[in-house]
Amino acid sequence: MDPINPLTLFFAAIFTNNILLTNFLGLCPFLSMSGQKKSAFGMGAAVVFVMASTTALNNLVHYKILVPLGLEHFRYIVFIVVIAAFVQLVEMTVERFFPSLYFSLGIFLPLITVNCAIFGASLFMVIRKYDFVQSLAYGAGSGIGWMLAIISISAIREKLQKTAKLPRGLEGPAITLIITGLLALAFLAFSGMIRVQ
Amino acid sequence: MPNPATKKEIFFTGLWKDNPVLRQVLGICSTLAVTNLMVNTLVMDAGLIFTVCMSSLTVSLLRKVTPVRIRMMVQTLIIASYVIIVDIMIKAYLPDISEALGPYVALIITNCIIMGRCEAFARHNPPAASFIDGLGMSLGYSLVLIAIAFIREPLGFGTLLGLRIMPGGFVHWTVMIMAPGAFFTLGIMVWILKYFRPQTGEEKG
Repeated sequence: MDPINPLTLFFAAIFTNNILLTNFLGLCPFLSMSGQKKSAFGMGAAVVFVMASTTALNNLVHYKILVPLGLEHFRYIVFIVVIAAFVQLVEMTVERFFPSLYFSLGIFLPLITVNCAIFGASLFMVIRKYDFVQSLAYGAGSGIGWMLAIISISAIREKLQKTAKLPRGLEGPAITLIITGLLALAFLAFSGMIRVQ
Repeated sequence: MPNPATKKEIFFTGLWKDNPVLRQVLGICSTLAVTNLMVNTLVMDAGLIFTVCMSSLTVSLLRKVTPVRIRMMVQTLIIASYVIIVDIMIKAYLPDISEALGPYVALIITNCIIMGRCEAFARHNPPAASFIDGLGMSLGYSLVLIAIAFIREPLGFGTLLGLRIMPGGFVHWTVMIMAPGAFFTLGIMVWILKYFRPQTGEEKG
Protein backbone atom coordinates (compact mmCIF):
# COMPACT_ATOMS: atom_id res chain seq x y z
CA MET A 1 0.00 0.00 0.00
CA ASP A 2 1.31 3.44 -0.89
CA PRO A 3 1.83 5.73 2.05
CA ILE A 4 -1.08 8.12 2.30
CA ASN A 5 -0.30 11.79 1.98
CA PRO A 6 -0.69 13.36 5.45
CA LEU A 7 -2.71 16.22 4.02
CA THR A 8 -5.17 13.82 2.41
CA LEU A 9 -5.42 12.01 5.70
CA PHE A 10 -6.10 15.26 7.50
CA PHE A 11 -9.07 16.14 5.32
CA ALA A 12 -10.32 12.59 5.22
CA ALA A 13 -10.37 12.53 9.01
CA ILE A 14 -12.43 15.71 9.11
CA PHE A 15 -14.98 14.93 6.45
CA THR A 16 -15.20 11.43 5.03
CA ASN A 17 -14.02 9.45 8.03
CA ASN A 18 -15.37 11.72 10.74
CA ILE A 19 -14.56 9.96 13.99
CA LEU A 20 -17.89 10.81 15.57
CA LEU A 21 -20.24 10.36 12.66
CA THR A 22 -18.76 7.27 11.04
CA ASN A 23 -16.91 5.58 13.90
CA PHE A 24 -19.27 6.52 16.73
CA LEU A 25 -16.47 7.55 19.05
CA GLY A 26 -16.77 10.19 21.72
CA LEU A 27 -20.53 10.01 21.91
CA CYS A 28 -20.88 10.26 25.70
CA PRO A 29 -19.37 13.73 26.08
CA PHE A 30 -20.98 14.60 22.78
CA LEU A 31 -24.46 13.99 24.16
CA SER A 32 -23.90 15.61 27.51
CA MET A 33 -21.94 18.66 26.38
CA SER A 34 -23.82 19.64 23.25
CA GLY A 35 -26.56 21.61 25.01
CA GLN A 36 -24.91 24.99 24.61
CA LYS A 37 -22.67 26.38 21.92
CA LYS A 38 -20.20 27.82 24.40
CA SER A 39 -19.44 24.60 26.23
CA ALA A 40 -19.44 22.69 22.95
CA PHE A 41 -16.78 25.02 21.62
CA GLY A 42 -14.63 24.68 24.74
CA MET A 43 -14.86 20.93 24.74
CA GLY A 44 -14.16 20.81 21.00
CA ALA A 45 -11.04 22.96 21.26
CA ALA A 46 -9.69 20.89 24.13
CA VAL A 47 -10.31 17.69 22.17
CA VAL A 48 -8.51 18.98 19.06
CA PHE A 49 -5.42 19.81 21.06
CA VAL A 50 -5.30 16.67 23.16
CA MET A 51 -6.14 14.34 20.31
CA ALA A 52 -3.47 15.69 17.97
CA SER A 53 -0.81 15.55 20.68
CA THR A 54 -1.64 12.17 22.17
CA THR A 55 -2.02 10.40 18.83
CA ALA A 56 1.44 11.56 17.80
CA LEU A 57 2.87 10.82 21.24
CA ASN A 58 1.39 7.34 21.32
CA ASN A 59 2.80 6.71 17.87
CA LEU A 60 6.30 7.41 19.21
CA VAL A 61 5.68 5.33 22.32
CA HIS A 62 4.35 2.42 20.31
CA TYR A 63 7.06 2.22 17.67
CA LYS A 64 10.06 3.39 19.69
CA ILE A 65 9.38 1.63 23.00
CA LEU A 66 6.71 -1.06 22.83
CA VAL A 67 7.54 -2.74 19.51
CA PRO A 68 11.31 -3.08 20.14
CA LEU A 69 10.59 -4.55 23.55
CA GLY A 70 7.89 -6.88 22.23
CA LEU A 71 5.25 -5.45 24.56
CA GLU A 72 2.52 -4.72 22.00
CA HIS A 73 -0.07 -6.52 24.08
CA PHE A 74 0.25 -3.91 26.78
CA ARG A 75 -0.40 -1.03 24.45
CA TYR A 76 -3.93 -0.43 25.77
CA ILE A 77 -2.70 0.17 29.29
CA VAL A 78 0.24 2.25 28.10
CA PHE A 79 -1.92 4.40 25.82
CA ILE A 80 -4.41 5.11 28.58
CA VAL A 81 -1.64 6.06 30.96
CA VAL A 82 0.00 8.30 28.37
CA ILE A 83 -3.30 10.05 27.68
CA ALA A 84 -4.13 10.50 31.37
CA ALA A 85 -0.65 11.76 32.17
CA PHE A 86 -0.66 14.14 29.23
CA VAL A 87 -4.03 15.60 30.16
CA GLN A 88 -2.92 16.05 33.74
CA LEU A 89 0.25 17.80 32.60
CA VAL A 90 -1.61 20.13 30.26
CA GLU A 91 -4.11 20.94 32.97
CA MET A 92 -1.39 21.90 35.43
CA THR A 93 0.52 23.95 32.84
CA VAL A 94 -2.54 25.85 31.73
CA GLU A 95 -3.64 26.49 35.30
CA ARG A 96 -0.21 27.84 36.21
CA PHE A 97 0.52 30.03 33.19
CA PHE A 98 -2.80 30.89 31.56
CA PRO A 99 -5.39 31.20 34.32
CA SER A 100 -7.98 32.88 32.09
CA LEU A 101 -7.72 30.08 29.55
CA TYR A 102 -7.97 27.61 32.38
CA PHE A 103 -11.32 28.94 33.47
CA SER A 104 -12.80 28.74 30.00
CA LEU A 105 -11.25 25.46 28.80
CA GLY A 106 -9.68 23.84 31.84
CA ILE A 107 -12.87 22.40 33.23
CA PHE A 108 -13.21 20.28 30.11
CA LEU A 109 -9.76 18.74 30.36
CA PRO A 110 -10.41 16.07 33.02
CA LEU A 111 -13.44 14.91 31.07
CA ILE A 112 -11.23 14.21 28.11
CA THR A 113 -9.38 11.33 29.72
CA VAL A 114 -12.51 9.24 29.46
CA ASN A 115 -13.37 10.43 25.96
CA CYS A 116 -13.24 7.30 23.88
CA ALA A 117 -12.51 9.26 20.71
CA ILE A 118 -9.03 10.14 22.00
CA PHE A 119 -8.20 6.55 22.82
CA GLY A 120 -9.89 5.36 19.63
CA ALA A 121 -7.73 7.64 17.49
CA SER A 122 -4.60 6.08 19.00
CA LEU A 123 -5.94 2.59 18.33
CA PHE A 124 -6.82 3.36 14.73
CA MET A 125 -3.34 4.82 14.34
CA VAL A 126 -1.81 1.46 15.30
CA ILE A 127 -4.21 -0.67 13.27
CA ARG A 128 -3.71 1.39 10.12
CA LYS A 129 0.06 1.57 10.63
CA TYR A 130 0.45 5.34 10.36
CA ASP A 131 3.89 6.90 10.71
CA PHE A 132 4.59 9.90 12.90
CA VAL A 133 3.54 12.68 10.51
CA GLN A 134 0.47 10.75 9.42
CA SER A 135 -0.52 10.23 13.05
CA LEU A 136 -0.23 13.91 13.76
CA ALA A 137 -2.36 14.74 10.70
CA TYR A 138 -4.88 12.05 11.58
CA GLY A 139 -5.14 13.15 15.22
CA ALA A 140 -5.57 16.81 14.33
CA GLY A 141 -8.09 16.02 11.60
CA SER A 142 -10.14 13.76 13.81
CA GLY A 143 -10.17 16.34 16.56
CA ILE A 144 -11.33 19.06 14.19
CA GLY A 145 -13.95 16.75 12.75
CA TRP A 146 -15.25 16.01 16.24
CA MET A 147 -15.34 19.70 17.08
CA LEU A 148 -17.19 20.47 13.85
CA ALA A 149 -19.82 17.87 14.71
CA ILE A 150 -20.36 18.96 18.30
CA ILE A 151 -20.61 22.64 17.37
CA SER A 152 -23.12 21.95 14.59
CA ILE A 153 -25.26 19.85 16.90
CA SER A 154 -25.16 22.36 19.73
CA ALA A 155 -26.21 25.15 17.37
CA ILE A 156 -29.13 23.05 16.16
CA ARG A 157 -30.11 22.14 19.71
CA GLU A 158 -30.05 25.74 20.89
CA LYS A 159 -32.39 26.73 18.07
CA LEU A 160 -34.58 23.75 18.79
CA GLN A 161 -34.99 24.63 22.43
CA LYS A 162 -36.25 28.08 21.55
CA THR A 163 -38.58 27.29 18.71
CA ALA A 164 -39.68 23.68 18.56
CA LYS A 165 -42.32 21.92 20.60
CA LEU A 166 -41.24 18.33 20.85
CA PRO A 167 -43.54 15.41 21.51
CA ARG A 168 -43.33 13.70 24.86
CA GLY A 169 -40.21 11.60 25.37
CA LEU A 170 -38.42 12.92 22.32
CA GLU A 171 -36.66 15.76 24.11
CA GLY A 172 -33.13 15.23 25.40
CA PRO A 173 -31.01 12.31 24.17
CA ALA A 174 -33.57 10.92 21.72
CA ILE A 175 -33.83 13.99 19.51
CA THR A 176 -30.08 14.55 19.72
CA LEU A 177 -29.45 11.05 18.42
CA ILE A 178 -31.87 11.54 15.55
CA ILE A 179 -30.34 14.90 14.60
CA THR A 180 -26.92 13.27 14.74
CA GLY A 181 -28.21 10.62 12.37
CA LEU A 182 -29.31 13.33 9.94
CA LEU A 183 -25.93 15.03 10.26
CA ALA A 184 -24.19 11.72 9.58
CA LEU A 185 -26.38 11.32 6.52
CA ALA A 186 -25.28 14.76 5.35
CA PHE A 187 -21.63 13.88 5.91
CA LEU A 188 -22.07 10.77 3.77
CA ALA A 189 -22.27 13.15 0.85
CA PHE A 190 -18.53 13.75 1.29
CA SER A 191 -17.75 10.08 1.12
CA GLY A 192 -16.90 9.85 -2.57
CA MET A 193 -14.39 12.68 -2.45
CA ILE A 194 -11.42 11.14 -0.66
CA ARG A 195 -10.97 7.46 -0.18
CA VAL A 196 -8.90 6.35 2.78
CA GLN A 197 -9.62 2.81 3.85
CA MET B 1 -26.54 4.17 47.10
CA PRO B 2 -27.31 2.77 50.57
CA ASN B 3 -27.38 -0.92 51.17
CA PRO B 4 -30.87 -2.21 51.97
CA ALA B 5 -31.52 -3.30 48.37
CA THR B 6 -31.48 -7.06 47.98
CA LYS B 7 -29.33 -8.76 45.39
CA LYS B 8 -32.35 -9.43 43.23
CA GLU B 9 -33.31 -5.77 43.25
CA ILE B 10 -29.77 -4.74 42.37
CA PHE B 11 -29.82 -7.14 39.44
CA PHE B 12 -33.08 -5.89 38.00
CA THR B 13 -32.20 -2.26 38.53
CA GLY B 14 -29.33 -2.71 36.11
CA LEU B 15 -31.22 -4.94 33.75
CA TRP B 16 -34.24 -2.74 33.24
CA LYS B 17 -35.03 0.06 35.66
CA ASP B 18 -31.79 1.97 35.18
CA ASN B 19 -30.80 0.37 31.91
CA PRO B 20 -27.42 1.91 31.09
CA VAL B 21 -28.10 2.56 27.43
CA LEU B 22 -31.77 3.48 27.29
CA ARG B 23 -32.11 5.23 30.63
CA GLN B 24 -28.73 6.73 31.34
CA VAL B 25 -27.56 6.94 27.69
CA LEU B 26 -24.07 5.79 28.62
CA GLY B 27 -21.56 3.69 26.76
CA ILE B 28 -23.28 4.08 23.45
CA CYS B 29 -20.12 4.38 21.36
CA SER B 30 -19.68 0.68 21.02
CA THR B 31 -23.43 0.14 21.08
CA LEU B 32 -23.69 1.71 17.70
CA ALA B 33 -20.47 0.56 16.12
CA VAL B 34 -20.85 -3.19 16.47
CA THR B 35 -24.58 -3.63 15.98
CA ASN B 36 -24.68 -3.96 12.21
CA LEU B 37 -24.15 -7.72 12.50
CA MET B 38 -25.64 -9.95 15.16
CA VAL B 39 -22.53 -12.14 15.45
CA ASN B 40 -20.30 -9.18 16.24
CA THR B 41 -22.82 -7.96 18.76
CA LEU B 42 -22.90 -11.26 20.62
CA VAL B 43 -19.11 -11.46 20.85
CA MET B 44 -18.92 -7.88 22.01
CA ASP B 45 -21.59 -8.56 24.65
CA ALA B 46 -19.71 -11.55 26.00
CA GLY B 47 -16.54 -9.49 26.31
CA LEU B 48 -18.35 -6.66 28.00
CA ILE B 49 -20.17 -8.85 30.51
CA PHE B 50 -16.90 -10.50 31.51
CA THR B 51 -15.12 -7.16 31.87
CA VAL B 52 -17.84 -5.40 33.83
CA CYS B 53 -18.38 -8.26 36.29
CA MET B 54 -14.73 -8.95 36.91
CA SER B 55 -13.67 -5.32 37.24
CA SER B 56 -16.59 -4.55 39.58
CA LEU B 57 -15.55 -7.53 41.66
CA THR B 58 -11.89 -6.52 41.72
CA VAL B 59 -12.55 -2.88 42.49
CA SER B 60 -14.83 -3.93 45.29
CA LEU B 61 -12.26 -6.35 46.74
CA LEU B 62 -9.61 -3.65 46.68
CA ARG B 63 -11.93 -0.91 47.92
CA LYS B 64 -10.43 -0.74 51.40
CA VAL B 65 -6.80 -0.53 50.28
CA THR B 66 -7.17 1.86 47.33
CA PRO B 67 -6.19 5.45 48.14
CA VAL B 68 -9.07 7.76 47.18
CA ARG B 69 -6.93 10.18 45.21
CA ILE B 70 -5.61 7.69 42.70
CA ARG B 71 -8.70 5.47 42.53
CA MET B 72 -9.52 6.46 38.93
CA MET B 73 -6.11 5.35 37.77
CA VAL B 74 -6.38 2.08 39.70
CA GLN B 75 -9.82 1.41 38.24
CA THR B 76 -8.65 2.15 34.73
CA LEU B 77 -5.71 -0.21 35.09
CA ILE B 78 -7.94 -2.98 36.44
CA ILE B 79 -10.38 -2.55 33.57
CA ALA B 80 -7.58 -2.39 30.99
CA SER B 81 -6.08 -5.64 32.26
CA TYR B 82 -9.35 -7.50 31.84
CA VAL B 83 -9.92 -6.01 28.41
CA ILE B 84 -6.49 -7.21 27.29
CA ILE B 85 -7.47 -10.72 28.38
CA VAL B 86 -10.70 -10.47 26.37
CA ASP B 87 -8.88 -9.09 23.35
CA ILE B 88 -6.28 -11.87 23.34
CA MET B 89 -8.99 -14.53 23.74
CA ILE B 90 -11.04 -13.19 20.84
CA LYS B 91 -7.94 -12.90 18.65
CA ALA B 92 -7.00 -16.48 19.40
CA TYR B 93 -10.36 -18.20 19.03
CA LEU B 94 -12.35 -15.94 16.70
CA PRO B 95 -9.81 -14.23 14.41
CA ASP B 96 -12.41 -13.18 11.80
CA ILE B 97 -14.59 -11.44 14.32
CA SER B 98 -11.58 -9.86 15.94
CA GLU B 99 -10.75 -8.38 12.54
CA ALA B 100 -14.29 -7.05 12.11
CA LEU B 101 -14.50 -5.55 15.57
CA GLY B 102 -11.17 -3.80 15.08
CA PRO B 103 -10.45 -1.34 17.86
CA TYR B 104 -13.85 -1.61 19.45
CA VAL B 105 -12.85 -4.44 21.78
CA ALA B 106 -10.11 -2.26 23.20
CA LEU B 107 -12.58 0.58 23.45
CA ILE B 108 -14.41 -1.36 26.15
CA ILE B 109 -11.80 0.25 28.42
CA THR B 110 -13.21 3.70 27.89
CA ASN B 111 -16.81 2.51 27.94
CA CYS B 112 -18.37 4.82 30.50
CA ILE B 113 -20.58 2.07 31.94
CA ILE B 114 -17.73 0.12 33.46
CA MET B 115 -16.07 3.12 35.02
CA GLY B 116 -19.48 4.40 36.09
CA ARG B 117 -20.33 1.18 37.91
CA CYS B 118 -16.94 0.97 39.59
CA GLU B 119 -17.20 4.57 40.70
CA ALA B 120 -20.87 4.61 41.70
CA PHE B 121 -21.35 1.14 43.10
CA ALA B 122 -18.38 -1.20 43.49
CA ARG B 123 -16.37 1.37 45.42
CA HIS B 124 -18.84 1.35 48.34
CA ASN B 125 -20.27 -2.15 48.27
CA PRO B 126 -19.18 -5.69 49.13
CA PRO B 127 -17.85 -7.93 46.34
CA ALA B 128 -20.91 -10.16 45.87
CA ALA B 129 -23.30 -7.24 45.46
CA SER B 130 -20.87 -5.51 43.09
CA PHE B 131 -20.62 -8.62 40.97
CA ILE B 132 -24.42 -8.85 40.74
CA ASP B 133 -24.68 -5.17 39.94
CA GLY B 134 -22.11 -5.55 37.17
CA LEU B 135 -23.97 -8.57 35.82
CA GLY B 136 -27.32 -6.77 35.78
CA MET B 137 -25.92 -3.65 34.14
CA SER B 138 -23.97 -5.51 31.50
CA LEU B 139 -26.89 -7.82 30.70
CA GLY B 140 -29.13 -4.78 30.36
CA TYR B 141 -26.58 -3.26 28.02
CA SER B 142 -26.31 -6.49 26.03
CA LEU B 143 -30.07 -6.76 25.62
CA VAL B 144 -30.22 -3.31 24.05
CA LEU B 145 -27.33 -4.12 21.74
CA ILE B 146 -29.04 -7.30 20.65
CA ALA B 147 -32.31 -5.45 20.07
CA ILE B 148 -30.57 -2.88 17.89
CA ALA B 149 -28.72 -5.55 15.93
CA PHE B 150 -32.03 -7.37 15.54
CA ILE B 151 -33.39 -4.30 13.75
CA ARG B 152 -30.29 -3.32 11.79
CA GLU B 153 -29.05 -6.62 10.39
CA PRO B 154 -32.33 -7.81 8.77
CA LEU B 155 -33.04 -4.38 7.30
CA GLY B 156 -29.49 -3.73 6.14
CA PHE B 157 -28.32 -7.14 4.91
CA GLY B 158 -31.59 -9.11 4.83
CA THR B 159 -30.05 -11.70 7.14
CA LEU B 160 -29.96 -12.64 10.81
CA LEU B 161 -26.86 -14.37 12.15
CA GLY B 162 -25.90 -14.86 8.52
CA LEU B 163 -29.13 -16.66 7.59
CA ARG B 164 -31.35 -15.03 5.00
CA ILE B 165 -34.69 -14.18 6.57
CA MET B 166 -36.09 -11.46 4.36
CA PRO B 167 -38.07 -12.41 1.21
CA GLY B 168 -36.19 -12.49 -2.09
CA GLY B 169 -37.39 -9.20 -3.54
CA PHE B 170 -36.46 -7.23 -0.43
CA VAL B 171 -34.40 -4.13 -1.22
CA HIS B 172 -31.65 -3.73 1.38
CA TRP B 173 -31.74 -0.53 3.35
CA THR B 174 -28.07 0.22 2.99
CA VAL B 175 -28.41 3.19 5.30
CA MET B 176 -29.17 0.84 8.18
CA ILE B 177 -25.72 -0.73 8.16
CA MET B 178 -24.03 2.65 8.00
CA ALA B 179 -23.70 5.24 10.71
CA PRO B 180 -26.98 7.16 10.28
CA GLY B 181 -29.08 4.01 10.63
CA ALA B 182 -27.52 3.32 14.00
CA PHE B 183 -28.26 6.81 15.29
CA PHE B 184 -31.86 6.63 14.09
CA THR B 185 -32.47 3.22 15.59
CA LEU B 186 -31.14 4.12 19.02
CA GLY B 187 -32.81 7.53 18.97
CA ILE B 188 -36.18 6.02 18.22
CA MET B 189 -35.74 3.31 20.87
CA VAL B 190 -34.90 5.89 23.53
CA TRP B 191 -37.89 7.93 22.44
CA ILE B 192 -40.35 5.06 22.63
CA LEU B 193 -39.10 4.03 26.05
CA LYS B 194 -39.29 7.54 27.42
CA TYR B 195 -42.73 8.02 25.98
CA PHE B 196 -44.15 5.10 27.89
CA ARG B 197 -42.17 5.55 31.08
CA PRO B 198 -41.32 9.22 31.56
CA GLN B 199 -38.19 9.62 33.59
CA THR B 200 -38.55 11.31 36.94
CA GLY B 201 -35.84 13.51 38.36
CA GLU B 202 -33.35 15.60 36.49
CA GLU B 203 -33.01 15.51 32.77
CA LYS B 204 -29.72 14.44 31.23
CA GLY B 205 -28.13 16.15 28.26
